[in-house]
Amino acid sequence: MLHTINKSPFESTTFETCVSFVQPGDPILFLEDGVYAVQAANRFSSRLENIMKTNPVYALQPDLSARGLGAVTDGVTTVDYEGFVDLVEEHQVNTWL
Amino acid sequence: MEDVKKIMHVMRRAPHGSIYTYEGLEMILIMAAYEQDLSVAFIGDGVYALKKDQDTAGIGIKGFAKTFMALDGYDVEKLYVDKASLEERGLTEDDLLVDVEVLTSDEIGKLMNEQDVVIPH
Amino acid sequence: MKIGILLKEGPYNHQASDSAYKFAEAAIKKGHTVDAVFLYNDGVTNVTKHMDPPQDDRDIAKRWNELGEKHGVEVLACIAASKRRGISDEVIIEKGEITGLGTLTDIAIRNDRLVTFGD
Repeated sequence: MLHTINKSPFESTTFETCVSFVQPGDPILFLEDGVYAVQAANRFSSRLENIMKTNPVYALQPDLSARGLGAVTDGVTTVDYEGFVDLVEEHQVNTWL
Repeated sequence: MEDVKKIMHVMRRAPHGSIYTYEGLEMILIMAAYEQDLSVAFIGDGVYALKKDQDTAGIGIKGFAKTFMALDGYDVEKLYVDKASLEERGLTEDDLLVDVEVLTSDEIGKLMNEQDVVIPH
Repeated sequence: MKIGILLKEGPYNHQASDSAYKFAEAAIKKGHTVDAVFLYNDGVTNVTKHMDPPQDDRDIAKRWNELGEKHGVEVLACIAASKRRGISDEVIIEKGEITGLGTLTDIAIRNDRLVTFGD
């Protein structure tokens, strides 16, 4: 199952909540304000690195660009909307609002 | 049966502060008529929706907590509550209006993975 | 694949409507079918036809209308949520339609995916 997160982790507990339900192997996609989670060298980088040992992590590039975010935490894959569609094709979706 | 989909509704917001829980409940009641495999998971502040003793008379908003008690009559019997969410709010099953199944986050996560559709409210 | 979209927020306040639109556009481009966009909660206000944003901004209602026109995507507003918010047939875009939650259930059943956007 694909899990999507659209909230900044600095403002919301959605990221932490989602992670406690996610099963090993499930991909996580950050979009909208959620992409602040994957900015390199922020407070959540080591948490993300830990998660990426069991789960692939993606971030929506147009949302990163819109927010002026360049470097992302190592291991995070950036995708465009078509990449988002591909993830949805491979998995059912669980949107964490 | 063919064409029966597993649909899980996820309640993650407190009631009254926003309409999401109430309109979510309205959606569940309609969907219940379609004989799908429905379940409802209460996670985070969503557990407050089931809190006993809610009295909305003073805030001018229609209360709906008791409607959760009616779900059983609509054959929506799979109500899951996240154990950690209850505990961190100082609540126990006795504080809840309806009979629920209290499960760990991992157990609910596994159930989520079995769903065809997950609808957040 | 056949996709249904559930949109739970109105236009402009949140990015949800924009994300849903960009996702639908990309899915169609890739050859998938976007069957319907179902509007719930404040999402029903996505299809009010009197929207008149500044010229350099996107016209969200018009955009949904075009998606319906060009790609046969059903743009559906929940009747209960619409009534609550003063949305009726008279004020919605040509391609918009007001319908019940039963229709959303059908959308969930008949599509390979139901993807939710909200806040």
